[in-house]
Parts: sequence; C-alpha cells; structure tokens
Amino acid sequence: MTSPKPRKDVDPAAKARGGRNIALGLGLAAFVILVFVVTVVKLGGNVGPHF
Amino acid sequence: MARTPALSGDVLTPDDAATATVRHARWQDYFQLLKPRVMSLVVFTALTGLLAARTPIHPLLGAVAVFCIAVGAGASGALNMWYDADIDAKMRRTRGRPVPAGLVKGEEAATLGVVLSLLSVMLMGMAINWLAAGLLAFTIVFYAVVYTMWLKRWTAQNIVIGGLAGALPPAIGWAAATGHAPLNAWLMVLIIFLWTPPHFWALSLYIATDYAKAGVPMLPVVKGAKETRRQILLYSLVLIPICLAPVFTGLGGGLYLAVSGLGGLVFLTLAWRVFASTAGDAADPRPADRDLYEVGDAVAKRGKPAKERLGGDARHARNLFAFSILYLFALFAALLAEAVLGLPALKVVELLL
Repeated sequence: MTSPKPRKDVDPAAKARGGRNIALGLGLAAFVILVFVVTVVKLGGNVGPHF
Repeated sequence: MARTPALSGDVLTPDDAATATVRHARWQDYFQLLKPRVMSLVVFTALTGLLAARTPIHPLLGAVAVFCIAVGAGASGALNMWYDADIDAKMRRTRGRPVPAGLVKGEEAATLGVVLSLLSVMLMGMAINWLAAGLLAFTIVFYAVVYTMWLKRWTAQNIVIGGLAGALPPAIGWAAATGHAPLNAWLMVLIIFLWTPPHFWALSLYIATDYAKAGVPMLPVVKGAKETRRQILLYSLVLIPICLAPVFTGLGGGLYLAVSGLGGLVFLTLAWRVFASTAGDAADPRPADRDLYEVGDAVAKRGKPAKERLGGDARHARNLFAFSILYLFALFAALLAEAVLGLPALKVVELLL
C-alpha cells in the first residue's frame, strides 16, 4: 500500500513545490526557445542561399 | 496576500520570523536570491555601455547580451547570499533574505548561483562573443570569490576593490556590441568604480553598528566615522573630474556635460556637508578595550535604533547616499539618451587642439 499523495489544495508544501516546479519548467523552456531563436538569428542570411 | 519580509526586504520582526520558519519557499524566494534591485542597476549600466558603443547590433542579440549580464549578476548575488548567510542574519538590512530567514537552504542558493553563472557565461560566449563572456566570467568570480569570500571579511578596503565587480557591466555591454573594449568603455567602469566608495561609506556611516555586530570591517568600524567622512570627501574630489572626462574623450555630449557638471557640484556639496558633520560619531563602533563583536552588541543594545540615535547629522550621510544613486543614474541616463537620440559627442579635445 502506498502513502496517499499530498493534495495541493490542502498541503502548503505541495502547493509551494508545485509553484517552484512550474517556474523551473517555464524557465527551462524559455532557455531552450532562446537558444533556438539566437541560433536562427546568428545563422541569418547564411542559410537562405543553400535552399 | 500579505507581503512577507523575505519578499519585501523589510525588517524581520520576531512574529515574522516565526511565520517564515513555517512558510514554504516559493519561486519568488529563489528570485530574491538574485538581488533583483542590483540586477536592475546592472541592466541599466550594461545597456548604456552596449548602446554608447554606437555599433549596430541585432536587437535580439543585444537583448540576449544584457540578459546574460543580468543573470550573471544575479548568479553572483546568489553565491554571495549563500556564503554570507551568517553575516546577513546579524544585520537588520539583510536578515530577511531567503537564506538567513530559513526559507531557502544555503546549498540551494549556491547551486542556483553556480548553474546560472555557467549558463550565462556559456550563452554569452556562444551567442555574442567570448570577450564579453570572459569579462562576465571575471565579474562573477571577482564578486563571488575575491569580494565575498576574501575582501569583505578581511579589509576596510573591501568595497573599494570589490567595487570593480559592480563597475564592469558597461564594459561587458560595450564588448558585446563591438567585440572589443576601448578607453571609453573603461572610463564608464572607472566612474562606477570611484562612485562606489563614497556611496557605500555614506550608507555605512549610519548603519555602522550593524556592520560591527556582524564583524564586517567596514571603514567606520575599523577607522572610525571621522576618517570615513574624510575618505568620502577625497573620493568625491577624484570622482567628479573623472565624471567630466567623457566630454573630453568623445563619449559624452552637451546633455552629459550639463548633468555631470551640475550633479557633480551637488555631489561635492553633499560630500562636504558630510565631511563637516558629525555623521556616524554617535554610533562609532570602533573597539576600545573590547573586541569587535562585544562593542557591536553593546552599541546595538543601548535601546534606540541606530537611525534615531544618530540624530540630525546622520541626515547628511543619508542625503549623500540617496543623491549618489540619483547621480549615477543621471550620468548613465544622459549617455543612454545621447546614444539613442544620436546626439553628437562634444570632442572637447579636438576643439581645444
């Protein structure tokens, strides 16, 4: 038998952890997008002529 | 929702402390580790350096460069909060920070600082150039290691030498835009470097008891208030001519000349008033026949908060501290405005020749 999962609506620790996880996830996603966009910008006109 | 001391930066009362120990860390607490107020000043000076170079750069890459500098500054702030948690806990100004308040573990702050340092430097190197990345890495290491771990607890010259870390962002911004860092970039660095001592010593004059209690050898703690007031005046006398120098090197224009000239006169007036005052004397925490901590405790236990106890003359130090922030902001705002509006530099040297 597993221990019951803490409910976010009643457990402040779970709620705070959830908020931190969302912030971390958004931060990582933003970093990935940023690197992708920077790559596109830096490649710029050097890519077009090859297609 | 009620603001918590850790988020607002207010003084932590016993009730707040009790609340803080049961509150669970939120993402905002981790953000506070990055010292967002310091970051905002760093962003401003770095952006000025980037635009004052007057070299075209893709807007997105310019934004990424400033972002990297901001994150690097935040990372060094997190490392500082990790290492200095013991000091922060003893000072009214800093005891509400996430680590001493018990909201975030010290090792979490250190991990955040290291990870963000690596990410910011790597991204700067790959997206912008490696000179800017190298300067950013140097800044982070200088602040986190040389200043925080060494100078701060060792010498009264801590904020003089350590001020270099806070002064470098304009040069990093300039290097990001151009790939090199010429005289004018270092002139901006020099202005912030010389501005730092009178700025922080004005502050330390009226919170010297806190520094003494925490065992930080700030100038008023080690040399006393009178010597601190003298040093403030001397640094101000050097700072103001240096602030006028950009007019002679092709960096600043008419607007900058007006701001640095008029602001410099006000700065010198306020510095003179501090010098001629007794600011800091009432709470002089220098050790006599007791050690630093005992003296600090004794002064702190006299009852009245330091600000009340210092009375009238402390206002001169507070006035200089407040105006120094405005002056630095105005100087860089003038440079920024001239760069954005395309206003020409004065090139006084050419006119004289």
